Amino acid sequence: MAQSLKDPVELFDRPPERLYRSPGMTETLLKTPLYDIHVEMGARMVEFAGWLMPVQFAGIVEEHNHTRTACSVFDVSHMGRLRIMGDGVEEFLNRIYTRNLTGAEPGRSFYSHICREDGGILDDVIVSRFAGHWGIVCNASNRAKIIAWLQNHAAGKNINIVDETLATAMIACQGPRTLELAKELTGNDLSGLKRYHFTVRDIGPLQAVTYRSGYTGEDGLEVVLPAVLVKALIPRLFGTKESPHPVIKPAGLGARDTLRMEAAMPLYGHELTEDVDSLTAGQAWCVDLSKDFIGADSLRRLNERGLARKLVGLELEGRRIARQHFGVFRDGRAVGQVTSGTLSPTLGKSIAMAFVSAECSAEGTELHVEISGKQVPAKVVKLPFYKRPR
Amino acid sequence: MKVPSDRKYSETHEWSLLDENVVTMGITQYAADELTDITYVDLPEVGSKVNVGDAVGEVESVKATSEIFSAVSGTVVAVNTALSDHPELVNDDAFEEGWMIKIKTEAVDPLKALMGAKEYASFVRNLG
Repeated sequence: MAQSLKDPVELFDRPPERLYRSPGMTETLLKTPLYDIHVEMGARMVEFAGWLMPVQFAGIVEEHNHTRTACSVFDVSHMGRLRIMGDGVEEFLNRIYTRNLTGAEPGRSFYSHICREDGGILDDVIVSRFAGHWGIVCNASNRAKIIAWLQNHAAGKNINIVDETLATAMIACQGPRTLELAKELTGNDLSGLKRYHFTVRDIGPLQAVTYRSGYTGEDGLEVVLPAVLVKALIPRLFGTKESPHPVIKPAGLGARDTLRMEAAMPLYGHELTEDVDSLTAGQAWCVDLSKDFIGADSLRRLNERGLARKLVGLELEGRRIARQHFGVFRDGRAVGQVTSGTLSPTLGKSIAMAFVSAECSAEGTELHVEISGKQVPAKVVKLPFYKRPR
Repeated sequence: MKVPSDRKYSETHEWSLLDENVVTMGITQYAADELTDITYVDLPEVGSKVNVGDAVGEVESVKATSEIFSAVSGTVVAVNTALSDHPELVNDDAFEEGWMIKIKTEAVDPLKALMGAKEYASFVRNLG
């Protein structure tokens, strides 16, 4: 293998949107306001929930590590952004959400689930209390479903639901240096903004909303801004291909997924689905069983009966990755299924989340995950896998 | 991205380089780039017999797992043991340091059915 590569043939770069076209995909894909910037920055674009999104720029592991140590910018404009207003809107939302929103002060955000009557999870969302309305950020894949759900339940009420997804962009700036860099760039010191709080800034007749939140396990900010301002703002954030910002770098959905897995944050379609309830998914903290909401009765009954299965963290031997739907075994008996897994870039270990029978969920339980026909030893460990140093 | 013309290519993105009666195989740089950061390479035992089209190994990345198919029939005479600790060699240098398997074959002109570099390059360009 020592010889040189004789007369190599050049593989021309293809337009990014031709990559990763899933079979049978015919619908027109949506582009976020950052699309042209991603392409210019050399992103690899993929289809995700009907959108063309960057899966990676420099590489998933590099972007992952950069987020843990410095600051990355993620385009999360594909997520649904809804504005809810009208008479009795707090009462209306309190009936929809598992979280108790009573008396919430303007400037506060809440992570919450929306459930069906039987407790199945329709979506996990961030709901925010503005002075004159409420805001919802929902999953891209669930946007149409959630709008329909809200509209159905608002029937006969004087409640207005406005979809602002396409008129706005949303970016997540994540990493330990985010606040320091935000101050350097904008002059705004946001260190006093508490987690799950937000601040609204007027830009002429338009508004930008900055939240202290994220989906990476790091400190950070999430900003919703009018789509028309994106092209002016983004080059100021991470520069251009020719003169990139030395610290702030773009990152894609690939790193976002490995980061959220280390932080054990659930992902809709993996840990959360309509076939799972919030308690089984280990998210009881965002459910107020003492209030009345859609799904409350089912969840209260389940809580009294006890959980048949639980979401656990697994640490596997070796470097192989346990992927969604891989079987989990105890002494050769099937006891569960993997929901997500990766080779943790921060820990250097193969990690996974899985639903297993409750009797197999205690920390330290020795299990196996079947990977390519082989039983790979795995141990139940405490979640999250990674906690940022404070 | 380069496609070296000293070797042959399969539609499943393996490259095969014939030297006397030993074929060295790996995956192309295009395939390695598509898989993204490779985290694990599963290779066969030295001495095992393989047939054309057999799955002889697996390449795992953060994103996906994909199989490696043998381009020839014969006996595995070497595997790249460096990949067990450094699977990222496949991303860094898929055509040289990232080689995977050497197969000794009795076949006459064993790579005849495979594509040349130009053919493979146009095959990749026309994907999607």
